[in-house]
Amino acid sequence: MRELWRILDVKGRHILLPAMLIILGVGVVLTFLRFFGGLGAVTALNDHQPWGFWIGFDVLGGVALAAGGFVLTGTVHLLNFERYRSVVRPTVLTAFLGYILVSLGLLYDIGKPWNIWHPLIMWNPHSVMFEVAWCVMLYSTVLALEFSPVVLEKLGSQRMLRAVHSFTLPIVIAGVLLSTLHQSSLGTVFLIVPLKLHPLWYTPLLPLHFFLSAVTVGFAMVIVESYVSSFLFRKSLETKILVDLGQFMVVALMLHLVVRLQDLWGRVPLSAVFSGKLESWAFLLEMSLFVLPLVLMLAFRNRMRPSVLFVSGLSTVLAVLTNRLNVSVVGMARSAGFSYFPSWSEIWLSLFLVTGGFIVFILCAKYLPIFPEEEGRESAGA
Amino acid sequence: MEEPLGILIDFTECIGCGECVKACRQENHLTGTPNDRDLSAANYTVVLKHDEMYYRKMCMHCLEPTCVSVCPVAALTKSPDGPVLYDADKCMGCRYCMMACPFGVPRYHWNSPVPVIEKCIFCHSRVESGGETACAWVCPMGATRMGRRSHLLEIARARIALRPERYVNYIYGEHDAGGTSVLMLSSVPFERLGFPMKLGDEPLPTLTWAVLSRIPGIVVTGGVLLGGISWIINRRIQLEKTGGEDLPDGTEPRSRKGGGQ
Repeated sequence: MRELWRILDVKGRHILLPAMLIILGVGVVLTFLRFFGGLGAVTALNDHQPWGFWIGFDVLGGVALAAGGFVLTGTVHLLNFERYRSVVRPTVLTAFLGYILVSLGLLYDIGKPWNIWHPLIMWNPHSVMFEVAWCVMLYSTVLALEFSPVVLEKLGSQRMLRAVHSFTLPIVIAGVLLSTLHQSSLGTVFLIVPLKLHPLWYTPLLPLHFFLSAVTVGFAMVIVESYVSSFLFRKSLETKILVDLGQFMVVALMLHLVVRLQDLWGRVPLSAVFSGKLESWAFLLEMSLFVLPLVLMLAFRNRMRPSVLFVSGLSTVLAVLTNRLNVSVVGMARSAGFSYFPSWSEIWLSLFLVTGGFIVFILCAKYLPIFPEEEGRESAGA
Repeated sequence: MEEPLGILIDFTECIGCGECVKACRQENHLTGTPNDRDLSAANYTVVLKHDEMYYRKMCMHCLEPTCVSVCPVAALTKSPDGPVLYDADKCMGCRYCMMACPFGVPRYHWNSPVPVIEKCIFCHSRVESGGETACAWVCPMGATRMGRRSHLLEIARARIALRPERYVNYIYGEHDAGGTSVLMLSSVPFERLGFPMKLGDEPLPTLTWAVLSRIPGIVVTGGVLLGGISWIINRRIQLEKTGGEDLPDGTEPRSRKGGGQ
């Protein structure tokens, strides 16, 4: 903790660190409650709404936000945009931590976590969840391999490093394929509930929507995470790279919105969009968060402005999180016939996991060669 | 293979005595009471009242069950005689079956640290040894009866034909969600009893299988495409570096020195 105090050399750390300690402390207590009292002890879930905040935020949201990993390794290693190499490591770290958090979150959410390995030997290829389980396991391995050079460099193991480097291309290709598959299959998961999921979200194109929004948020997360890192670690901001990524993000956003709205057009009456019910408000919130970055990035002539980029990135991240929660919770609520709102302990435990991930990220950034050397780079933007 | 078994529940014959609920509870060692208003982890079936008619709810034992198709570890299986069975030892508690079941049947032990899914298992051990399900066996009115599904369908059609004024002209479960092993007759339209009517004749698993079955193709095509694209791009960059001359034999076109950094 003393280390963290030193590393967290930011304004407001007098509040930040104690807050993190409280989150962790209460989180540990809630963890005991969860595993000794069952899901009912800490969640508001019931037989009619068996999936809640944890599936929506921890799993669907977490996996989407980790999409930067495959988007950037693909861009740099496959398309050979060498310019963006300097942001690959923090992004792969974010993705790797993201997947670890998703797996930890699943241990909380599934009823019998000691059976989580079962899909390895008990197969049901007809189940989307089976495919998701395999993709998550394989892709976590891929991310570990993609991240391994960082650790090996630190350990100074030259032979291992060379071995890993010679496999870079196949690993990256495997990573892109696995991500594509299971980012989209998280949408496929909901194809089985045509009558339960609200028509604002249910469409046979769900897998495509999930994939496109994941690519979009992949760029957005790199932007947001770069800004937060530069703030936390007082390192310079690679504005030029981020401006480029911002433009990719806008293109991906537009593509996602065009496909999405075109699919809604004619299928869902406008009255459903503006019905004034919970679903319509949730949908409008999601859409506003998707459109805001477009407006900002297209309206401001100077897209170099870090504030514009940051707000756009953050809005996109929130938009995708809202979308995943809308699909998994809000859109399913009416058919359940029971109102579900996550209990404070559900939200707290998610916060607990995120805080843990945040601390590990800070420690990795401190002790491992994540960020490139500063010399020869432009100083902080703005 | 023998024709699969089924259950026919004729709501118009039910007198609401609740014997089926009691028998079910006893047979499956459940703690629910005959007064329960909804299925639960402690109750596999309920008898409810609508206007003057009593009706039952229970697992429909679909012919192509959604729960069986979504279970990632095959803890749910469809037995060839009809019942949809559950193996608690395999289950990881992901609750996808509950999410996906179009009839909202599977239930869960929310307050247990070792939870399992609960639903009607068609009194499997009784039926396996040649008996009837507890609910069909005990019913004093014959409102719930067991038999070969095709035979039950014949009975149901005959009853509707014989007394069209008594029944709505619909055998619930004949085609719904691809057909179910549990069939129902009613004098009140089924949507008013809360049974989903828009499930269609296609089994729901076809919706996800349409996507899943494409995965091998996507992997192969995607792999070749990505490998090809990166090879071409790297090759061009390499050629530019060497001024258009080809590389000497045995030299890899891709620059490996910077990989992963």
